[in-house]
Amino acid sequence: MKCFSRYLPYLFRPPSTILSSTCHTEADIISTVEFNSSGELLATGDKGGRVVVFQREQESKSQPQRRGEYNVYSTFQSHEPEFDYLKSLEIEEKINKIKWLPQQNAAYFLLSTNDKTVKLWKISERDKRPEGYNLKDEDGRIRDPSTITSLRVPVLQPMDLMVEATARRIFSNAHTYHINSISVNSDLQTFISTDDLRVNLWNLEITDRSFNIVDIKPANMEELTEVITSAEFHPQQCHTFAYSSSKGSIRLCDMRQAALCDKHCKYFEEPEDPSTRSFFSEIISSISDVKFSHNGRYLMTRDYLTVKVWDLQMENKPLETYQVHDYLRGKLCSLYENDCIFDKFECVWNGSDSVIMTGSYNNFFRMFDRNTKRDVTLEASRENSKPRAILKPRKVCVGGKRRKDEISVDSLDFSKKILHTTWHPHENIIAVAATNNLYIFQDKVN
Amino acid sequence: MFPKGTKRKFSDSGEEPVPSGDPGPVVSSAAAARTLSSSYSLQRQSLLDMSLIKLQLCHMLVEPNLCRSVLIANTVRQIQEEMTQDGTWQIMTQALAAAQCPADRLVATEVLCRQTDAAAQAGQSPKPFSVVGLEDGYRSEEAVMEGDVESEVNMSTLSPVSPQLTSASYLAGPFGMGPCWEEEEEECDEDEEEDSEECVSEGEDGDRDHLTADSRTGEQVFGTFEIKHPAPPPDPALEELFSDVDPSYYDLDTVLTGMQSAPKMGPYDLLESLSSHGPTALSSSSSCRSDLNELDHIMEIIVGS
Repeated sequence: MKCFSRYLPYLFRPPSTILSSTCHTEADIISTVEFNSSGELLATGDKGGRVVVFQREQESKSQPQRRGEYNVYSTFQSHEPEFDYLKSLEIEEKINKIKWLPQQNAAYFLLSTNDKTVKLWKISERDKRPEGYNLKDEDGRIRDPSTITSLRVPVLQPMDLMVEATARRIFSNAHTYHINSISVNSDLQTFISTDDLRVNLWNLEITDRSFNIVDIKPANMEELTEVITSAEFHPQQCHTFAYSSSKGSIRLCDMRQAALCDKHCKYFEEPEDPSTRSFFSEIISSISDVKFSHNGRYLMTRDYLTVKVWDLQMENKPLETYQVHDYLRGKLCSLYENDCIFDKFECVWNGSDSVIMTGSYNNFFRMFDRNTKRDVTLEASRENSKPRAILKPRKVCVGGKRRKDEISVDSLDFSKKILHTTWHPHENIIAVAATNNLYIFQDKVN
Repeated sequence: MFPKGTKRKFSDSGEEPVPSGDPGPVVSSAAAARTLSSSYSLQRQSLLDMSLIKLQLCHMLVEPNLCRSVLIANTVRQIQEEMTQDGTWQIMTQALAAAQCPADRLVATEVLCRQTDAAAQAGQSPKPFSVVGLEDGYRSEEAVMEGDVESEVNMSTLSPVSPQLTSASYLAGPFGMGPCWEEEEEECDEDEEEDSEECVSEGEDGDRDHLTADSRTGEQVFGTFEIKHPAPPPDPALEELFSDVDPSYYDLDTVLTGMQSAPKMGPYDLLESLSSHGPTALSSSSSCRSDLNELDHIMEIIVGS
């Protein structure tokens, strides 16, 4: 593992190409990105229900400078728009989350979900095909048996590589509300799907049944004041999972305690600071993403203005708090007005849990080094991405005199938000989704 | 209470606005609501309006987002609680109880009601601010604020909003986002000030009607949410008129999840309604839509278009 954290500001260089769709429609907006467990594959899901999988090029000896870049490997339509006849509502095909299963054979498996249905997809390669059938000719037409005079053994001949995706399991009809997250268990046999009020446990082999393990729906819906915003399994402990709420709390649950995990075994919440209290306090405390660290000792949560790292052994306050864009604190009313305050940003750990990353507005994304306590703001945009050049750190000017390179808070483009980011499990390669564009950055080769 | 540093809108002071502390004139309780003209209470009221409208929009979206609805609902509840502690809420509801709707507002508001009560159309008694579906409350506000019965009530979409509307000045937000925060805020400020004056000048009724929508909306929708203030005395006329309205509409579940107690629309109905009425029709039952069609037609005749 590189000693990456010493190099601050982070010296990322953009790739020679930025992967994006040629014509930008609503359906092309990327709604999730995820590296697989080896980092060889990168999956993106979009609003149109499509999944695009990128594969890293093998590093060639002739061009050692050119580190493996990601190229399109497979594209398939994962979900289609549906209509719920009972409620007279459309079910969007937008892919909310993709989670990879660790590779166990030559094929790759991933789970993708929209608001209502989770699907298990198998992505496999085919580079040989059998030729020389006896009963049918090369076009597939059946041969007249009377014309066959001799038998031959079909032989596998090489063909152009074909990557095909097939839906192996469809896990449906278990969620009344919108699914916001899925998480594969470390036992590789089960996974959870989470909607606003419930968490369901599935076995990967069984699609017609799921166990409800968390249910926070009140008897009287009028009393509803809190929803579940995200849930994740512990990376090593297959009986532990955590879920976050719209009130800024995280609950850690142990499935061994009871069949229904309504009683948490740990409850993480930071007491509110009375000096900053406003009508928007609750909204900005709502957690949009929760992620366990790779080592399983910490939890990271993202709320509207901050990222917090929690020690699983300490429930009353976070270990670390990082301000993502505190300059927005004075703009909360406007952000409430245009709904930006409800944007759900994700957060991500690097492979060694030393650096955390999250997105912001104006196509900015932020990285925080937990050890050196330094942070950097970078921008994912075409103008600022000259190939092979190092990304320049950006700065937002909060008040007073604006320096030449700084951008003022009022000039920020709130329609350009980076909600989804992912970090390669071992290397310093990040993928950042900016609306319909996918940026893949790699760190500087020394 | 409000965050510091925001231009113009928020006052730093964490004090609760006390009527006696205001530099305004000492007035009777009926008009006390109007004299709470400190920027804080104005902002709070605007926030309440904005939130209620957002809840309506939530209700009308194809995919109501439960998390967003719950957060907005909690914000409204918080404001209501604070207003209750202030005593502002009490004053408002008292004022409303004594209020009478001016006749010239009736026609417009009748159009907006879910019920097609022939008697109501004749303009018998006020029942404009139905909470059945928050959209009615919103549209009623629109009619009231416009103060112009003959203005065309645009049913097909919520986006084109008159700049005169207090609450509507916030609608520009969700539909058009620009980086020029300061300008937007200034506009809002100006509109707001104009509106509040307009409210006052239009007479107590305008204000009360406006407030009625909020209070009734709040109560009916949030029902058992720990609202500490006592329910306002129910207006017998209103009760009678609403007696045959399906009470399940008041169910927060309905509001928040966009579900209907008795869905009558099939997929093709939905498509039709989408093309004719836009997203607002999604939450209406088919019988309501046909009523609204009729009312639309009647309105056109009245307006003489």
